[in-house]
Amino acid sequence: MNHSADVVIAGGGIVGAACAYECARAGLSVTVIEGAIIGGGASAAGMGHIVVMDDSEAQFNLTLLSQQLWSERVAEMTDGVEHLPCGTLWVAADEEEMAEVRRKRAFYSQRGVPVEMLDSRQLAEAEPHLRPDLAGGLLVPGDSVVYPPVAARWLLDRCGARVLTGVPIATLDDNGATLEDGSRVSGGVIVNALGAKAARLMPSIPVTPRKGHLVITDRYPGFLRHQLVELGYLKSAHSAGADSIAFNVQPRRTGQVLIGSSRQFGADHKGIDQPILSRMLRRAAEYMPRIGSLIAIRAWTGFRAATPDHLPLIGPMPGASRLWLATGHEGLGVTTALATGRLIADQITGRSSPIDAAPYLPARCIHG
Amino acid sequence: MAERVTIFVDGRPIAAERGATVAAAMLSAGIRAFRHSVSGEPRAPLCGMGICFECRVTIGGEPHRRGCQTLCQDGLEVSTT
Ligand SMILES: Cc1cc2nc3c(=O)[nH]c(=O)nc-3n(C[C@H](O)[C@H](O)[C@H](O)COP(=O)(O)OP(=O)(O)OC[C@H]3O[C@@H](n4cnc5c(N)ncnc54)[C@H](O)[C@@H]3O)c2cc1C
Ligand code: FES
Repeated sequence: MNHSADVVIAGGGIVGAACAYECARAGLSVTVIEGAIIGGGASAAGMGHIVVMDDSEAQFNLTLLSQQLWSERVAEMTDGVEHLPCGTLWVAADEEEMAEVRRKRAFYSQRGVPVEMLDSRQLAEAEPHLRPDLAGGLLVPGDSVVYPPVAARWLLDRCGARVLTGVPIATLDDNGATLEDGSRVSGGVIVNALGAKAARLMPSIPVTPRKGHLVITDRYPGFLRHQLVELGYLKSAHSAGADSIAFNVQPRRTGQVLIGSSRQFGADHKGIDQPILSRMLRRAAEYMPRIGSLIAIRAWTGFRAATPDHLPLIGPMPGASRLWLATGHEGLGVTTALATGRLIADQITGRSSPIDAAPYLPARCIHG
Repeated sequence: MAERVTIFVDGRPIAAERGATVAAAMLSAGIRAFRHSVSGEPRAPLCGMGICFECRVTIGGEPHRRGCQTLCQDGLEVSTT
């Protein structure tokens, strides 16, 4: 069977769903093609932490706009989205990391994001299971947690896009997509939102998979109150090429504790890497000694879509006339999905955007 | 004769033999709901050997302890909620 639409979106993860939502709301007809299950890729494997980040102005602007869009949307979304407005607590282990807390506090405050600095005692009160000798932390109360697969489903249901699932796309071209069963979907604009697999169908785009491990526990309501992230995180996350782990734990609305995180390049199999998993859990127990007594019920892995400059690719594909990209969101794609959808719809319809779209344009690193 | 101890299940005293499992003591006392599942179903021991996790109770304030893998001691506090 053959279809056509104004916009054809390849990939039904949180990014594809957000693009569909914004394009449909802008009055365009939209078809989404998902080879497996809506929201079943990285969007199901990740942590679902909605977080404002400050690695660069471009990253800050995209995450802040997204956080604002999420707080507008979650109010309407179904309960299954499991929204938890728990905030982020960046944890400083020593005085050196407290200097980073102060730098972060200044950065966020100057840009109007409410934050609160905690000393050692206040940190212990905020999270009683942290080890007592930590230096302090920075609380960002506007951050939150969601369950992305349900959010992706909601965005698609709400916007009325046509959704085709179950048959993967074999090839993408300037006029549309050819599915593995030979059927054809043509469109005015074709958006590649295939996440970590984006480069499989378009080998010239610089997106590589970056593997991550997570562990979830049984239900321990009240064990954890905020998403906790160690401040060594930024250093380790960005040491490209090297495997890294960090203390990054998240309370779920069910009372479960989601334990992360790891980052590996070059690992292309989905299985658990036991040495990485052990290092990750040992790190968590260094910060929260009692975490080792909780019962873990499941461990899994997922792949982030990494780009060389850690910014996503949002906009037209250089050298193509109607192919667009919405991928490369690495470890922030749940957060940044909503702003990505907005920027894509704005650019397709010629509307102005709430933020400057230039830093995310694929033309910065792909030459057509 | 084996030594008798008393454990407390949701505050109710239950006589047991020292060395018996908490699950055995609770079942002999007629307790059929060790916990309730997320959807509200009552749950009780299935395998009796530490594998199925159906016998979980809170013991001494610690949640998700397996009743079939914990031995009775005098004064042990068990909660099924
Ligand atoms: C361990 C881990 C932790 C993370 N934690 C966070 C976090 O806390 N906060 C945050 O914001 N982000 C986090 N992320 C990142 C976030 O999960 C991703 O950036 C985001 O889910 C990307 O969404 P996506 O829609 O681009 O990709 P995906 O969800 O992977 O969607 C792509 C879709 O394309 C489909 N597809 C692929 N190939 C084809 C084909 N040929 N034909 C048809 N369909 C195809 C796939 O089935 C998939 O559903 C984390 C990621 C990982 C791995
Ligand atoms: S009854 Fe199966 S684990 Fe206890």
